[in-house]
Parts: sequence; structure tokens; C-alpha cells
Amino acid sequence: MFKFASLLMTPAAKYLMLAFAVLFPLVAANEYQVYVMATAFVWAIAVYGLNIITGFCGQLNLAHGGFFAIGAYTLGLLTADYGWSFWPAFVGALVMTAVLGFLVGIVSLRLKEHYFAIFTLCVGFIIYLLIDKWEELTHGAIGVRDIDAPYGFGLVDFTETTPFYYLVLAFLVFAIWFMGRLSKSLLGRTFIAIRNGDELAQSLGINLMRNKVLAFVLSTTYAGLAGALYAGMVRFIGPDAANIQHTFDMITYLLVGGIGTIMGPLLGTVGIVWITQSLQFLEEYRMIIFGPLLVLLVIFFPRGITGSFLTWMHRKSQALAPAKKRQERKVDTAQNREAESNA
Amino acid sequence: MSLFLQQIINGLTLGSIYGLVALGLTLVYGILHIPNFAHGALYMVGAFMSYFFMVDLGAHYWIAMAGSAAVVAVLAILCERLVFHPLRHSPPIHDKIAAIGILLFLEAVVQMFWGSDFRRMSSPFTGILNFDGLIIPEQRLLIIAGAFVLVVALQLFLRKTMTGATIIAMAQNRDGAFLVGIDANRVAMMTFAISGMLAAFAATLYAPINLVYPAMGHLVIMKAFVIIILGGMGSVPGAIVGGMIIGFAEALGGFYISTSYKDIIAFGLLVLILSVRPQGLFAKGAH
Repeated sequence: MFKFASLLMTPAAKYLMLAFAVLFPLVAANEYQVYVMATAFVWAIAVYGLNIITGFCGQLNLAHGGFFAIGAYTLGLLTADYGWSFWPAFVGALVMTAVLGFLVGIVSLRLKEHYFAIFTLCVGFIIYLLIDKWEELTHGAIGVRDIDAPYGFGLVDFTETTPFYYLVLAFLVFAIWFMGRLSKSLLGRTFIAIRNGDELAQSLGINLMRNKVLAFVLSTTYAGLAGALYAGMVRFIGPDAANIQHTFDMITYLLVGGIGTIMGPLLGTVGIVWITQSLQFLEEYRMIIFGPLLVLLVIFFPRGITGSFLTWMHRKSQALAPAKKRQERKVDTAQNREAESNA
Repeated sequence: MSLFLQQIINGLTLGSIYGLVALGLTLVYGILHIPNFAHGALYMVGAFMSYFFMVDLGAHYWIAMAGSAAVVAVLAILCERLVFHPLRHSPPIHDKIAAIGILLFLEAVVQMFWGSDFRRMSSPFTGILNFDGLIIPEQRLLIIAGAFVLVVALQLFLRKTMTGATIIAMAQNRDGAFLVGIDANRVAMMTFAISGMLAAFAATLYAPINLVYPAMGHLVIMKAFVIIILGGMGSVPGAIVGGMIIGFAEALGGFYISTSYKDIIAFGLLVLILSVRPQGLFAKGAH
């Protein structure tokens, strides 16, 4: 069991997962499944953003869904109302979420813990109300129609599901790769230091505000990226995109998968999206199960699937270590250290 | 002038409701330092319980209100025992996520039983009083009077009884309270029960001039959070004053500025105040 499990920690496992994702449209039973998978990937990108600010930096941002909607609306309005083509509007959406993220960040991150969570909850709601009420700009409750699909430069047609799936996959791989790099970098460790305690981090000479704002901007840009892709895929958006429910959904995905881990957001999102898909009746009442699940997870498995797995692996290898030769133990602990830094 | 007075009455009504909800929230925060995101769900369940007692069981308004308060109090105690108590040593982010879990669960359960339709709840107080052109529906008067009575009763309970004093003691100094032998579990359960009852009373008072639906708690709870930040987290007078500020700001702002943006006023006020004073308006220092 342990040997098999340790295979999951090798780089080969990651390439295997990637290979599966690449081959998925070929083995999928129908186009709808590919579409569901693409949706799951879009949400996963947004959840990676939430992982940066909440998982790494420890600040519960409840406006995340709002920034997702801002990304989607920026792209939608620029292409549908202002005649921009997809890719410039896409960049516009990223810039917009980054700039707004910066502005919200410098105000909200002066607040600590509960105040920050409550403040961002209100920001999320302001975003929703603005989208819903500011009819001259956002069309209000009618929503935005005729959003451009990504322009394929004459090579691919992104209005088709499968090419779009690969586009989303490419962005997702980039998002995960960036996350992996980030977690190993000094910046990622700085974020973790902030999560472990403001005072401690500050006494190490970390500029709290600058790093928190940076984490926040990175996370909102992720959300904007996901939102823009979502708008390009569905090609219609309404105020419901900014519903607080989406933020709660993303928190569930993050927590189930494993908060503060590299693979957690992907596993949690894809897993839950497929579970809700396969149990259609759950769609409306899914929270009867996921609500208590959230509570049970934070009480018993606060680190989610990935985190619990890594902890288990660590313990197991610690227990096995004395029986082996000294040389092996060295290798083992080196691996553990790597595993932990991944966690 | 009479239009202005009308808005004052509206502001008082809204402020009373917000104040009651915020009181429950601030009590729980003062004792356990948990921002209970599920409080809005308790409010919503309170409205549905009254609706259930009145419409399905044919109970009288007052009996329905008492029954709903009892059910929600038990529910709040269950939340404390099953969720927040096991999490008392966890990092604060876990409490918040767990509270969100409760909120989602309660909403889904209510939606399963009653659907997501908007419902009307009647009240025996449908009369309208006319004071020389100033028109006041009886239900609004009842809300204002009811909130006043509840706040006075709560104050008497907290100040004049031994059990009430234990709640204050724990809010003031946790370790000190333990040292003099106060049972933390009892105080926590009692605080949750009181906060749940206040939410149920507020919901039952407000429901007849509003609608009953599963998402009805969202806006109210967010405004209650704004209020306790304004008034200082954990402060009882702060919650009442804050409730009135938001109630009046909304009634007057909705009338003189724009009805469709009236819900933004509270949040805009919060953003403005926290930008200038990150520790809140009346708070002496952030926790």
C-alpha cells in the first residue's frame, strides 16, 4: 500500500494525470462530458487563485466569486458592446481584475482575520449589486449576450467544445505550474510565514502589506482568468455569475481537495463537479450533503484529501525509516522535505 | 414634513430588526470570537418556523413566534455543541468555513421542504394608524415596540441576573471567568440560544411586512456584520446604535438618493469607515 502510494508522489504521476487529461476527449462518451470537464477546469483555475490568498497566505477572501464575475463581465462587455476581439479583451479582463484586486487589496488587507473576511463578503456583495443594478453598463438582470469565442487565428475553431477544452487545459497546466513554482519560491514561503502569524512574519523582516497585496492581486488575476475563459465558453453571462454561492462552492472545492496544497484545488474541483454531475438530483440539494461535509472536514480532516494523504505518507515513511539503512533514510527524508514543501 | 417623518418611522423599523439580528451576532462574537456566518440562516429558519406554525398548524401569531424562538434556540445550541465546540482550538479560518457549511446546509434543507418560492406571512396586526397624515401600519409599530421590549429584557437579564452576569464576565475576560469557576460550556450554549431566539423574534416580527424565502437571510446577516463592525465587535450598545444608523441610512438614502441602490448604502458606509478606521468606529482596539 505504502509503495503504491509513494508512486503517487513521483513526477511520473503528474505526467500520467496530464496524459489522461490530454486523452480525455478521445475516451469521453460524448461531447457533453468534455464540456463538463472543461467547466471543471475553469473553476479549478479560479480555485487555485483562492488557494494563493486563503491557502498560502491564510486570508479568507469571500469576494473571490465577485472577481470571477468581473473577469467574465469585462471580457463579455468588451467583446459584445465595444467591439473588441477576444484576445485583447482577454488581456483587458486580466488587467481589470488585477487593478481592481490591487485597489480592493490595499483597503481590505489593512484589516485582520474576521474583519477581512467580513469586509470581503461585503465587497463581493457590492460587486453583485453593481452588476445587477448598473443597467447602463452591465445590462442588469438581462445579462450579456453574443460574447465572442476565442479567436483561433484561422487554425482552430474554439466554438467547438474539444478545441476549447484543450485551450482551458493549457491555461490550467500553466496555472498549476505557476503555483508549483510559487510554492517553492521565497515569495511562496513568505506567504506561508504570513499565514503562520503576522507578528512572527513581521519580526523576520517581511513587509506584510506588500506581500499580502501581491498575494491578493495574484489570486484575483487567477479569478479573472477563469472568469474570462468562462465567458468565452458559455458566451452568455448574467448577474448570477457574481452570486456569493460561487464563492462558497469554491471554498468547498478547495477544502475537500486540500487547502494550501498544489494538487488539492484540482482534485477537489474535478471530483466534486463530477459527483454533482453524476447525481443530477443533487444539483439543487447538493448543499445538504456538502454543508455538513465542510463542517466534518474542518473538524476531522482540515487539510483535505491531498493534505491528509501527505501527512499519512510522512508518518508512514517515518515509521519505516529506522528499519532501513542509513543511506536510504537520507533519501527518504529528502523526499519528505520535498513533499512537505509541496504541501 | 410628513414624508420625512414617514422615513423616520421606516428607519426605526429597519433599525429595530437589524439591531436585534446584530445583537445576537455580537453576543456570540463577544463570548467565542466567532463571526457566525450561519446567523442569517438561523434568522431565515426562524421565519420559516413561524410560517410553518401559523399556516400549517394554524397557531396564533404569538404562539408561532414563541415556538419558532424555541426551535431556533435548540438549533443554535446544536450548532455550538456539534460544530463550534469541537473547533474551539482550531485556527480561526476553520470556524468561519464551518459556519458557512452550516449556512449552506440550513438553506438547502429549508429549500427542500418549502421550495425557493417567495411566501407571504400574515399577521393579526393589519390595521393602519393615521396620525394627522402620518400613516403607520400596526405591524411597524409592533416591530419597534417589540425590539424595544426585547432589548430592555436582554439588558435586565445581562445586568441583573447571575446567569446574565456570567455571560458578561466571559466576554470581558475569559481566563478571569474560568478562575472564578464559570462553566464555559454553559455560557456558550446559553449565548447561542439567546442569539438564536433574537434572530427568530426579529424574523417573525419582520416577515409580515416582507417576504419569506430561503435566501432572505443573506442581506440581513451582511448588514448585521456591518453593524457590529461599526459598533465594535462584541459590544451590546454598539449593536443597537449601529443598527439604528444603518436603518436610518437605508430609509433616508433609499428615499432621497435611489431605491435600487439602497442596499449598497450600508456596504458603502462600511467600506468608507473601514478605509479610514480599520478597527471600526467605536472599537477601542482591534482584537
